Amino acid sequence: MIDIVSKGIVPIIILTIIGHGYVKGVDIYSAFIKGAGEGLKTAIRIMPYLIAILIAIGIFRGSSALEMFTDLLRPITNLLGIPEEIVPLIMIRPISGSGGLGIVRDIIGNYGPDSFPGWVAAIMMGSSETIFYTIALYFGSIGIKDHRHTLKAALISYAISIFITIFISGLYY
Amino acid sequence: MLNTIWFLMIFVGIVYGIITGNIEVINDAILGEAGEGVTLTISLIGIMSLWLGIMNIAEESGLMNSISQVFRPVVRILFPKIPRGHPAERWILMNFIANMLGMGNGATAFGLKAMKELDSLNPHRGRATNSMAMFLIINMSALQLIPLTIIKLRYDYGSSNPTAIVGPTILATTLSTIVAIIVGKLFEGGRS
Repeated sequence: MIDIVSKGIVPIIILTIIGHGYVKGVDIYSAFIKGAGEGLKTAIRIMPYLIAILIAIGIFRGSSALEMFTDLLRPITNLLGIPEEIVPLIMIRPISGSGGLGIVRDIIGNYGPDSFPGWVAAIMMGSSETIFYTIALYFGSIGIKDHRHTLKAALISYAISIFITIFISGLYY
Repeated sequence: MLNTIWFLMIFVGIVYGIITGNIEVINDAILGEAGEGVTLTISLIGIMSLWLGIMNIAEESGLMNSISQVFRPVVRILFPKIPRGHPAERWILMNFIANMLGMGNGATAFGLKAMKELDSLNPHRGRATNSMAMFLIINMSALQLIPLTIIKLRYDYGSSNPTAIVGPTILATTLSTIVAIIVGKLFEGGRS
């Protein structure tokens, strides 16, 4: 069922949009070409930002400095009642989406999908987003240098949402 | 702030790599990720072109406008500075909807378009407006309703009920988005 929904959603959206356009008498072919022309420009414009952020993430992850930070923070996270197994996930999630997914896979593989760490990790992964990448990309695309409070607010919200997520996971487990 | 974080990630990474004798991995990361950035850009060209093309049909047929009208009150509350009926309104909504449905790269294409429209309302070039900040803060709080990748992962590892996470995930996502909106609103007006 989930599989049908996930595979069907994109074709159905496309069908709805071009169907509606055709019925309304829009020259849908020309409209598509006109819109699609912007794809190339947009992608090329964000390339330097993508490379900059991917290199920083790659170096940082490759050095396994993250494990060091996780160990350093352990007394604090223990004190706050954060399950030890998901601390690496909390650290990497705002930095890298694929990195976060890799850690969720490790946790689920090690403890099982229905274990408490596996349960919290799955919910946390689903209810959070990458932060640095998004900021670099979106602001970069329009040349915004002064981000004002964006990053600070995103990180504070993320910190609060960690506790909310752990609490909710506990309620439903 | 991103300036400092970028520096620290590279600095700490390289220094820690040298200390732990992991320098080989660092070299691979530098060369590999630079190439990865190009590969990712090229794959984004196709997906972004597709979605911007399809969505331009919806723009010209008025479908986007009809959908926007339904959700306009949400935009009015979150982004009071956007003039009523401005294209930024529509692209922000398209980004939110695409995100909720889990259309990652489509959402990015609409999001970048929304940023461009928001920048057309920007009185100070190069400086973020409250609307831009709020838009990104909401985006970074996660909006996806059904985490399909995670459900698949749970299924692959033999969970007795892979979709059991849907309820708590939607609740956690909703609450964290509400938190993000409140935090974002509290910071508005600040200069730094």
